[in-house]
Amino acid sequence: MPARGLMLALALLLALPAWAGLAIQHWTTAGGARVYFVENRDLPMLDVSVSFAAGSARDTRERSGLARMTQQLMSLGAGDWSEQEVAERLADVGALLSGHFDPDRAGFSLRTLSSREEREQSVGVLRAVLAAPRFEAAVLAREQARAIAGLKEAATKPQYLGERALQAAVFGDHPYALDESGEIDALARLARDDLVAFHRQHYRASNATLAIMGDIGRAEAEALAEALTADLPPGDAPPPIPPVRVSARGSEQVIPHPATQSHLFLGLPAIERGDPDFFPLIVGNYILGGGGFDSRIMQEVRVRRGLAYSAYSAFQPMQALGPFVMGLQTRREATAEALRVVRETLEAFLRDGPTEAELVQAKNYLVGSFPLRLDSNRKILDQLAAIGFYRLPLDWLDTYISRVEAVTREDVLRAFRNRIRPEAMHTVIVGGQPDAAQR
Amino acid sequence: MRAWMKALAVLLALLTGVAVADTVERTLDNGLKVIVKRDARAPVVVSQLWYRAGSMDESYGVTGVAHVLEHMMFKGTPAVPAGEFSRRIAAAGGRENAFTSRDHTVYHQTLQADRLELAFSLEADRMVNLALSPEDFAKEIQVVMEERRLRTEDNPQALLFEALMATAYQTHPYRHPVIGWMHDLQHMRLEDARDWYQRWYAPGNAVLVVVGDVHPEAVFDLAQRHFGAVPARAVPLRKPHDEVEPRGMRSITVKAPARLPAVYLAWQVPRLTDPANDWEPYALEVLDGVLDGHASARLTRALVKEQQLAVAVASGYDPVSRGPALFMVSATAAEGKPLDEVVAGLKREIERIQREGVDARELERVKAQVLAGQVFEQDSLFFQAMQIGEWESAGLAHRQRRLRIEKLRQVTAQQVQEVARRYLVDDRLSLARLEPLPTEAAAMRPAVIHLGDGHAR
Repeated sequence: MPARGLMLALALLLALPAWAGLAIQHWTTAGGARVYFVENRDLPMLDVSVSFAAGSARDTRERSGLARMTQQLMSLGAGDWSEQEVAERLADVGALLSGHFDPDRAGFSLRTLSSREEREQSVGVLRAVLAAPRFEAAVLAREQARAIAGLKEAATKPQYLGERALQAAVFGDHPYALDESGEIDALARLARDDLVAFHRQHYRASNATLAIMGDIGRAEAEALAEALTADLPPGDAPPPIPPVRVSARGSEQVIPHPATQSHLFLGLPAIERGDPDFFPLIVGNYILGGGGFDSRIMQEVRVRRGLAYSAYSAFQPMQALGPFVMGLQTRREATAEALRVVRETLEAFLRDGPTEAELVQAKNYLVGSFPLRLDSNRKILDQLAAIGFYRLPLDWLDTYISRVEAVTREDVLRAFRNRIRPEAMHTVIVGGQPDAAQR
Repeated sequence: MRAWMKALAVLLALLTGVAVADTVERTLDNGLKVIVKRDARAPVVVSQLWYRAGSMDESYGVTGVAHVLEHMMFKGTPAVPAGEFSRRIAAAGGRENAFTSRDHTVYHQTLQADRLELAFSLEADRMVNLALSPEDFAKEIQVVMEERRLRTEDNPQALLFEALMATAYQTHPYRHPVIGWMHDLQHMRLEDARDWYQRWYAPGNAVLVVVGDVHPEAVFDLAQRHFGAVPARAVPLRKPHDEVEPRGMRSITVKAPARLPAVYLAWQVPRLTDPANDWEPYALEVLDGVLDGHASARLTRALVKEQQLAVAVASGYDPVSRGPALFMVSATAAEGKPLDEVVAGLKREIERIQREGVDARELERVKAQVLAGQVFEQDSLFFQAMQIGEWESAGLAHRQRRLRIEKLRQVTAQQVQEVARRYLVDDRLSLARLEPLPTEAAAMRPAVIHLGDGHAR
């Protein structure tokens, strides 16, 4: 076994320091699709994701739900294969195809064994799903009924009611206000032609971002990217999402519900992808309500007062301004107290900012946990997909640690005060005490 | 078959490769078992401490105490004050949490590989030195009740599942919810949590599982340094629990605010006890795959796509557990479809298999998925550690898990049909139905109130 001994010795010599950077390879296909690739031979498997600017932000009120329904039907019958055959051809080689969908992005992720036979069969299915969906009328009718039933069911749940109401209040007449799954009356109106047209306009190579991670070489990855995008409809990428307008005044609403707990949601538009204040905001948010038990909101609401199981704040960067949100759930009679505590915690943070000790703790966590963001093929794929789709710089991950470390207390305070004005905050209470709004 | 050989070869290659190694195991003098699996794909390590004490070890009046103690484990020791555990792990860039199940309570940390010692020192400290103050308990029991309201009281599907468990199990403690009945939480005392801690939190009742970019010998040294000083302590005698043999179908109805009716069917079936010689649990796993293994497998195809009786269906079977197993099927009715028709539709699919068996293509498909799944699961350190812990907690040697692929490969169509005939029969069935109650509130249009300047402070 000298060969293996040599290999082992070489592997040990090549052992890398804790963070040696991720070797991201990037190119553009003949049709204009942008590809982000990391080769890794540790496991005999391959992950591929294909994303398009085709999320619910591309919907209109009249056709709300069209984007989601289009994406959903794409894998339910494509090319030569019925929906049954699509599912069976994937399962026959143990491959997993999943859809992803949000206001900005729509697309698919494929996880497959990297051996040739398995890979070619599963990639062949994905190719047909992307370029040649059948959009069969009978399947559409069935999925419309399921989506409508799902929305009606969701409308009994406080979590859904609260999130929807907050989304509507925060984004007003911007398409980000639309329900990702659509509205019941609009869904009922969707016709096959709508889906065909939406697919033709959005699922174009020029609008595609591919992330490829795993057991495949550069030449094979190039061929794979060409194959997956070769049959896509021609044409330009769609226009950018319109800017989000931040209203000067917030709002407050109480939605009655019989649940034993009140659900509280607060939010406003605050952050976009590639935002220059991204690092001060995530460092600050760790301290405010993103850091679990390390955060002020969790300490004040849960640890000191026992008011809730979960209490949080978060920034959700999107293509256009995405939201800053806070939330918790508490027994009905504690609604007013919990709302007061979370508001006062935010106001104190905006007034005084973090302490030096909090800042050090937040940075230690964000820097120290960085390798945990990249410790699996799946996580690396997700990073590649986000870097690619949002056109973040290729050294985004390489500079992450130094940019966290550079954040000062003043940066946090300035960024938070710029983005979060309490008078512009929208509040939704589902359930609740009758007088919670008056505090 | 060729694909099988190839994939098996791939798996063997993985085990002999540089990045991923087989597990190494050692037991400290105080009885703590330490299992290490090297996976050097990233400079990260997962550490999970499994205590073999879950809700199935509780008795009436103190249901939920295993989970309450799990919460209290973060409330500090003389050396590490309340909140410090999480703060120190976070300062090191680590993530940590814990969970309680019917079979066990698990505390886990994920860190850069060279920081494992911090996790060990903190875990070893709270294995013996937990402070348990009345003030912390008074607040934490409120938090747990909020957790129960959030996850169960206001969640019709969770209420349905809770009712199903209390029906399918008549005598075995699996009939209690892990989080505990609200009444027991309201009457829980600090002493209950302390008794629990003193009874079960002994090194001989725990397994430490470590997976990541570490060398086993170094991990054993660290474990000896930090856990080695914890005194050995006898674990109380465990009386065997059993479930009475079912003597006919059981049924329960839950009314809760929802829109669509839903149903669970659960049959009493065998669990895995002898991985090398059992065959029924493997055949039941394959049956699960035939029914619900992919986007158009039998249940979804028949009930959701063709007959459109349901908007969603699922099946599930976990052969690895300390207590008696169930094979479960669930469905949410399509709008306007009576639940009886949905139940009849589900049973038709079971009966078809009992009558006609499964075909060779289906069997091969399930096996291909099992094999690919075995490769895919290596992508997650946490998942790998979970599998080791699950097996050990269930009293099975984790090394025998490697038999699984070969045993699943040997399952025949006749065996799948046989377990369906033997176990998926009405006399072994428990059935739980969700009857929706209207939520008038859900239909109301929310009013938007614009606030004056006085809103912000």
